Amino acid sequence: MADEKSLWRRFSDYHDELFMAPWRAGIAREARSEEDVLVALLFLEALGIPGPADYYALELYPDLIESFHRWHQRMGMDTFPEAGVCC
Amino acid sequence: MPAFFLIVMALVAFYLGYRFYSRYLAEKVYALDPNFRTPAHEMRDGVDFVPTHKHVLLGHHFTSVAGAAPIVGPAIAVYWGWLPALTWVILGTIFAAGVHDLGSIVVSARNRGQNIGTLSGKVISARASTLFLLIIFFLLTLVNAVFGVVMAILFESNPGAVIPALIVIPIAVFIGQWAYRLGRSIIIPSIVGLLLLYIAIPIGQAYPIEVDGLASAIGLEVRTTWILLIFAYTWIASRLPVWILLQPRDYINGQQLIVALFVIFLGVLVGWDTVSAPAVNEVSADSPHWFPYLFITVACGAISGFHSLVASGTTSKQLDKEPEARFVGYGGALGEGALALAAILACTAGLGAAGEWNTAYADFGAASGGALGHFVTGTGHFLSNLGIPATLGATFAAVVVITFAGTTMDTGIRLQRYILAEISELAGFKALSGRVNLLTTLAVLIPLGLALVPGGDDAGGKGFAFGRLWTLFGTTNQLTAGLALSVIAVWVLARNRNPLAAIVPLVFLLFMTTWALLLNLVDFFQKGDWLLLAMDAAIFVLAAWLIVEAVTALNRQRGARDPAAADR
Repeated sequence: MADEKSLWRRFSDYHDELFMAPWRAGIAREARSEEDVLVALLFLEALGIPGPADYYALELYPDLIESFHRWHQRMGMDTFPEAGVCC
Repeated sequence: MPAFFLIVMALVAFYLGYRFYSRYLAEKVYALDPNFRTPAHEMRDGVDFVPTHKHVLLGHHFTSVAGAAPIVGPAIAVYWGWLPALTWVILGTIFAAGVHDLGSIVVSARNRGQNIGTLSGKVISARASTLFLLIIFFLLTLVNAVFGVVMAILFESNPGAVIPALIVIPIAVFIGQWAYRLGRSIIIPSIVGLLLLYIAIPIGQAYPIEVDGLASAIGLEVRTTWILLIFAYTWIASRLPVWILLQPRDYINGQQLIVALFVIFLGVLVGWDTVSAPAVNEVSADSPHWFPYLFITVACGAISGFHSLVASGTTSKQLDKEPEARFVGYGGALGEGALALAAILACTAGLGAAGEWNTAYADFGAASGGALGHFVTGTGHFLSNLGIPATLGATFAAVVVITFAGTTMDTGIRLQRYILAEISELAGFKALSGRVNLLTTLAVLIPLGLALVPGGDDAGGKGFAFGRLWTLFGTTNQLTAGLALSVIAVWVLARNRNPLAAIVPLVFLLFMTTWALLLNLVDFFQKGDWLLLAMDAAIFVLAAWLIVEAVTALNRQRGARDPAAADR
């Protein structure tokens, strides 16, 4: 019975991978592009631009700080110049 | 002769091709190395570069490269008899497509997973990148035009297929939501979805949908109305995020492909049908001559340049071990050959007695305009051997081709949008920059215009130039393959290995393509098809350009052999 289950699980995993594999890269790129815009909007203040929604977005910062690090690296800054933000 | 013998002949040849020729390619031409760190490991990022099990990789490579084209091409090409069509499918698959598909994966994997467009700029010349872009532009234009017509023909002649073809859309959307919103395994919903699709086939038959009323209300032909509706759909579909519709639709196609192949081969075996088509058909003098048109018409059924885009675009980035390229690349080419074989069987053994075949393939117009109908009828007959009513089987076949063509168009319009953006950027034309809706509209209007070109060479005098569009599509597709084979040949030569395995199919393809383009030029001029004449002339220029680039690059490489390069 255990073998049957594992066979089914293996088939299911193989099947799901067939669904995901061809599109994984495209979908991740699309998601990353959307995230880039979101991070840029939420961290406008850190870039020296007044952000009208900054006050309301403050509580999102802890959740996004890791994304912010990856974001500024993608945007061409290896370390973020503003002290205390990240890095 | 029993049709089953055709299956045996082809499968034995494919087996021998895989067993011996692909081993020669893997060991002597591409020198696949189990110790080579593939880009999937070297550049692993969990997104583009992911080491993938070879069975999964073959599954997604095969379902990505297979579509409606390897069905349509051979279905037309049996006009010259089953023997020339089958011979070219077998030889083309073994000696051209296998070399091309396997080589595209290997060259890309050895170049950090770069795609064939970038590689052509790097391996051949900087100009070759522009050439690649232009060839792809024409290829996509013709793909979208041809498949728009394909779907319209099938909807018009099989109104029972409309409901099942439409039901695929909510099923696909549901599977996409299930996978991404709920993050669960899709095995159960996909089985349920497939069952729903097959339940929809008899429902569709009971409630056929025709657009005659709409067509007469707007004063257009029925097929024109379908073409307009299909292109309107592709505009919307190509603007949706891929996970909502395109990805699950593509996946449903994969399932359909496997089911279709299985039931066709099983139907032939159970029914023990005989081949009613002649081995070599005595065609009328005003028909296109089989030499060179057979090779252009079979197109993807033997070798397809589109495979190099998939092979170098995604497959090479997911290759776990380099020797597995043989299983995935060569295996994928054989899978496409099997699909072409299924189309040949349906159109030579599924149409009934010889008299019926002669009527169906009375002239080239009937062959090209009616090819899809012949495939649908033939598949319906094979399914009737399995106890499924032939009309239901025919609707099933129509749905398979429609879903393939629909997904290809969705992808094609997206790609055309990117290509248009890139071409306009290269040309310094800023008006299109970032204007996605406008780019999508252009990507739809260009092939739409071509799909509506009057021609009158179809069966039933519907007034569309499908047969001529198909030969143009075939030439462009072979040119894309020619470009990839040029890259492969130069790369192999640079490593001091024998490049003949790539050069022979390259020369053959370029010769056939340019010859067919020249014959088309004369034909279009005589018939006054100015739009098609302009298209043909442009593609001819690209072919000549490609020949110059390939010869120059091979000569340059021959004069600059580097003994130390053999191991790279």
